Amino acid sequence: GNWSKLAAQQALTQDDLLQFDTFGNVSLIHITDIHAQIKPIYFREPEINLGVGKNRGAVPHVTGAEFRRLYGIEDGSPSHYALSYDDFSALAQTYGRVGGLDRVATVINAIRADRPDAILLDGGDTWHGSYTCYHTQGQDMVNVMNALKPDAMTFHWEFTLGSERVREIVEELPFPAMGQNIFDAEWDEPAEEFPDYTFFERGGAKIAVIGQAFPYMPIANPGWMFPEYSFGIRDGRMQEMVDEVRAQGADLVVVLSHNGFDVDKKMAGRVKGIDVILSGHTHDALPEPVLVGETILIASGSNGKFVSRVDLDVRDGRMMGFRHKLIPIFSDVIEPDKEVSAVIEAERAPYKAELEEVIGTTDDLLYRRGNFNGTWDDLICDALISEREADIAMSPGVRWGPSLLPGDPITREDIWNVCSMTYGKAYRSEMTGEFIHVILEDVGDNLFNPDPYYQQGGDMVRVGGLGYRIDVTKPQGERITDMTLLKTGEAIDPAKSYVVAGWASVNEGTEGPQIWDVIENHIRKQGTVKLDPNNSVEVIGG
Amino acid sequence: MASGVKPRVKAPKTASAGEVVTIKTLISHKMESGQRRDSDGNLIPRSIINRFTCDFNGTNALDVEMHGAISTNPYFEFDVTIPESGDLQFTWYDDDGSVYEDVKSVKV
Amino acid sequence: LGAGAIALTALPLRVGAAGEDAIAAFTGGADVSEGGITLDAPEIAENGNTVPVGVSADGASAVMLLALGNPNPDVAVFNFGELAGSQTASTRIRLAGTQDVVAIAKMADGSFASATKNVKVTIGGCGG
Ligand SMILES: [Mn+2]
Ligand SMILES: [Mn+2]
Repeated sequence: GNWSKLAAQQALTQDDLLQFDTFGNVSLIHITDIHAQIKPIYFREPEINLGVGKNRGAVPHVTGAEFRRLYGIEDGSPSHYALSYDDFSALAQTYGRVGGLDRVATVINAIRADRPDAILLDGGDTWHGSYTCYHTQGQDMVNVMNALKPDAMTFHWEFTLGSERVREIVEELPFPAMGQNIFDAEWDEPAEEFPDYTFFERGGAKIAVIGQAFPYMPIANPGWMFPEYSFGIRDGRMQEMVDEVRAQGADLVVVLSHNGFDVDKKMAGRVKGIDVILSGHTHDALPEPVLVGETILIASGSNGKFVSRVDLDVRDGRMMGFRHKLIPIFSDVIEPDKEVSAVIEAERAPYKAELEEVIGTTDDLLYRRGNFNGTWDDLICDALISEREADIAMSPGVRWGPSLLPGDPITREDIWNVCSMTYGKAYRSEMTGEFIHVILEDVGDNLFNPDPYYQQGGDMVRVGGLGYRIDVTKPQGERITDMTLLKTGEAIDPAKSYVVAGWASVNEGTEGPQIWDVIENHIRKQGTVKLDPNNSVEVIGG
Repeated sequence: MASGVKPRVKAPKTASAGEVVTIKTLISHKMESGQRRDSDGNLIPRSIINRFTCDFNGTNALDVEMHGAISTNPYFEFDVTIPESGDLQFTWYDDDGSVYEDVKSVKV
Repeated sequence: LGAGAIALTALPLRVGAAGEDAIAAFTGGADVSEGGITLDAPEIAENGNTVPVGVSADGASAVMLLALGNPNPDVAVFNFGELAGSQTASTRIRLAGTQDVVAIAKMADGSFASATKNVKVTIGGCGG
């Protein structure tokens, strides 16, 4: 299709990237998991992304050369660079940075030129993830996104701003912020502030878009920051919502979801009557939709790197056909939209000096994505061990955070891009070997439980100073073996206590310096970052 | 213990004769389970609401025996048949002998 | 990652003799069949201290709810009266860790039916 044609192009132009034969009578534009990346960045896709159970070997659990073969992507092509991990540093020199919401605006405007009433849907994880987003409590992202004129959104990390701030922003939004699974925790009733769905009349068709917020917010993030709300998958209620909008005459049912891809796949098989699921949270970028029965699933990547366009032929209460393109936002190729550039620069202006201060340089590629390790977290774990005088370090397996190329300066903005959050304190505590094992098993099951409804959509907690072996095919309690304290080479003793430093604890009242200060101090001392290869995790059954 | 205990009930004010209505109740109570230990390692004695009843005009609809595993601020949701106009009577029984009551009138 | 969480919360718990005793006391030792009762509980508890649980058993006179992995497995017994609008009830319970929650219905004819749901209690803390 379009994708392989694009991949074959030697020279990259904006026209090529935007080329699309308008189809049917309805267009959806999907962007998700921006994590406050308003400027162009580098973002390396994962090398290791294991599927378990029925999803073993199924997309999005295919990476590198295997992924390129699956989609007919030529080695060394722009699509290779955008969608797979290998040769990243070299290809990044050729193809440059990706993303930037002013470039995204250009793409959206071009689609709207084709189809003026295209529906723009934001899958959430929008108001989180940068220095400016933290210091404005999400306002910079709200202002920039409003300039793109979305038609609806849903949620995840937004709630880590605290529920009061979320309500304050939502009251002012010029579009609905939805979640059929956001409930008032006290009375177990749908939370009125967040509608279940919204209707659009487009191309003579009635389109219902149902919101589905991240189901496991109070588990994966600090529930004490939004105690009034309960979430959950609630697929029974999703079926009720689908039936309700169909009864109200919906010709097309779209779910704007922050479930994560495998959860969406399972939900698509259980809830009947959804035409399109726009999937977010697990940060997968897929060049073609995945079909589950008659439902199509769209995965649009993260960090502002991609925009999906889905054109649909909707007639007589049915989706008769679709055409799809995952548009990579090559920032050197796509002209920035001047109006949105101005909004972005206005948001950044008060913080310019702090953002641009160079803290050090990196000799190595710094990236995060992957089930087990990334060099950014290796660096963060080194910082925790050194600055907090710990035996072992733990860094959460979040999937956001852009990459830096070898030779790049590391600015304060770069550090915040990989660790900004409202619960970033770096704790230091004593844990027994047994408890460390419990933690690894617990997080491992959030990732490798064969039932997607038990998966929370993050990666494995990253560790420093500790080696282990993991068999992803085993049940909880049996996956993690051979835990070793790297500094002595000794086996971890279940009964012995170790000093563990980490960050992003979901517990209220966690104490310690902010993680960005820990990292900044460490990098200043290093001057130039150079990392040892990390072979501390041995993976079995992948 | 009985200080600050406040029952709240969500019930419809009207119903048709014989209608089944859904009731929700909450009562603020810390429900000390008897399983927790204090900072010195001693078991904190159990202090919970151990029974909840809902009657309509003196006829029982629900009678719940409660143990320490019921969460803080006990919540119940259940259905009641409303045969005629009258009063829904809600009663909570505390380990310490306190009895908390609420009444909601329903008009048929 | 909840580094300060109590170690026990993430360990799968075993059924103790206390659970068997509680069931026997409720059923008088009668056979318990599967089906005829539904038990709603989340796959993963958002908070192990307040897990929403619902039971529904058409025609039951009483339903006993047990958390087999808790130090004391007794949770509640719902006795449905003459004016019960249905044999359905929901509450919120404490779970000391990942475990099976069990509901046993005593039917009008004196028979017993049960349903079991495993609820995971996790430390949590990572996400996309
Ligand atoms: Mn995300
Ligand atoms: Mn997310």
